[in-house]
Amino acid sequence: MRVLPMGRRALLVEVDDTGQAHALHAELVRMREAGELPESVEIVPAAVTVLLDGLRDPRALADRLRHHEVPEVAREDAASVVLPVRYDGPDLAEVASLWGVDVAEVAEIHARTEFRVAFCGFAPGFAYLTGLPESLHVPRRATPRTAVPAGSVGLAGPYTGVYPRTSPGGWRLVGRTDAVLWDVSREPAALLTPGTRVRFEAVEAVP
Amino acid sequence: MTGGEAGGVPGTGGVLEVVRAGALTTVQDLGRVGHAHLGVPRSGALDAPAHRLANRLVGNPEDAATLETTLTGCAVRAERPVVVAVTGAPCAVRIDGRPAPWGAAVRVPAGAVLDVGAARPGVRGYLAVAGGIAVEPVLGSRSTDLLSGLGPAPLAEGTRLPVGEPAGPVPRTDAAPAPGPPVGELVLPLVLGPRDDWFTPAALRTLARATYRVSSASNRIGLRTEGPALERAGAGELPSEGMVSGAVQVPPDGRPVVFLADHPTTGGYPVVGVVPEEALAAAAQAVPGLPVRFVLLRH
Repeated sequence: MRVLPMGRRALLVEVDDTGQAHALHAELVRMREAGELPESVEIVPAAVTVLLDGLRDPRALADRLRHHEVPEVAREDAASVVLPVRYDGPDLAEVASLWGVDVAEVAEIHARTEFRVAFCGFAPGFAYLTGLPESLHVPRRATPRTAVPAGSVGLAGPYTGVYPRTSPGGWRLVGRTDAVLWDVSREPAALLTPGTRVRFEAVEAVP
Repeated sequence: MTGGEAGGVPGTGGVLEVVRAGALTTVQDLGRVGHAHLGVPRSGALDAPAHRLANRLVGNPEDAATLETTLTGCAVRAERPVVVAVTGAPCAVRIDGRPAPWGAAVRVPAGAVLDVGAARPGVRGYLAVAGGIAVEPVLGSRSTDLLSGLGPAPLAEGTRLPVGEPAGPVPRTDAAPAPGPPVGELVLPLVLGPRDDWFTPAALRTLARATYRVSSASNRIGLRTEGPALERAGAGELPSEGMVSGAVQVPPDGRPVVFLADHPTTGGYPVVGVVPEEALAAAAQAVPGLPVRFVLLRH
């Protein structure tokens, strides 16, 4: 674990992989709930880092964290969400060809994968889901689309993501869900929060 | 009847109707705290001290919503009598065409038009009204977030803005000192890291010595610069990581971008350093073309 100062109010804690980042994030949230971190601190997980922003005394916390043991996360602790998906995305055939399988198998493989929200970003409620093995990572589209419809399920690099609302995007689209990913009247507004376990369920038509 | 010293006259709520929206006028408060992990930018007033001052002048709590104008000001008609204050970039303030004080509480009679003039110099003005702009909050804030589209849309001609009940009497103030916008050049302290090691020693020397200019592509998301490109020490891509206000991200074109209130919560370009929060108000008032220098500080 490397603890890097980021300005005068924040620390960026860097670990080796997304699994460690997940465990570190869970531990930091636990510490905040237990009063071991200020209540107002923002904890922002990402691929292999967790950002702590809004700190009064980052230096003292950095010293503490460098000696802190991060426990492993019990998988069953995390919330879990199932997203019904119609696998009929415009890039399904391309993904099938990149994976070296036929179109039906893309849905099958994707729907039996256990995903987890590594972090959110890009847009409110947009979650970066990890779970696909490296052999199934695909590059982004060379030319991003100017409008990807809300609910589109896409792949890029190690991640699967679902567009919370219509926006530009370069991910390869394999399907679409009717689930509401973002709703400001809900608490939390995001359906997929960091750490949440996610499964996709293939459906014939979006119910 | 014209606007004059407020003299404790209470505002009465009602509505402000936008007569002239200006280049970009948005509702802003102190931002949306606590949702960065869901991809929600902080947002909020870019020149936070000016926003707080405007609120204090009219007797509002500092987190009441104000209007943030950009370069060309704006004009609103008050349906009922209100007390307002304009701060931030200096500008002419007029009530039904008659000059009124800037940086002080002034009373706007019912039906009168308050005109916030063009910024001279600077970029962003703040119009506070006693009672605050009372649009519906989203995730605990009334701020317009231009990156993710949360909060009210930027003002348009005819937009009707509800005004809240004034919290208390308008304080008597003779003069409210405020730092002016940067003139001549913008000097930004820069605390190096966390990714300064992604750049060559020559690039860091360039960053310390070169004069950049504020790009006209700057906005609420970031202050973009034009100037010598910063060369990276190696190839490779940085996995996305959390971003803070004031982070100076260096995209592939090598020109530093200073992240302001509507910045994305995560990003994949290396952050060479961070401008401390106290210096960001000046960045928010820096006009396109203004020279920018970075003063490098180590931890």
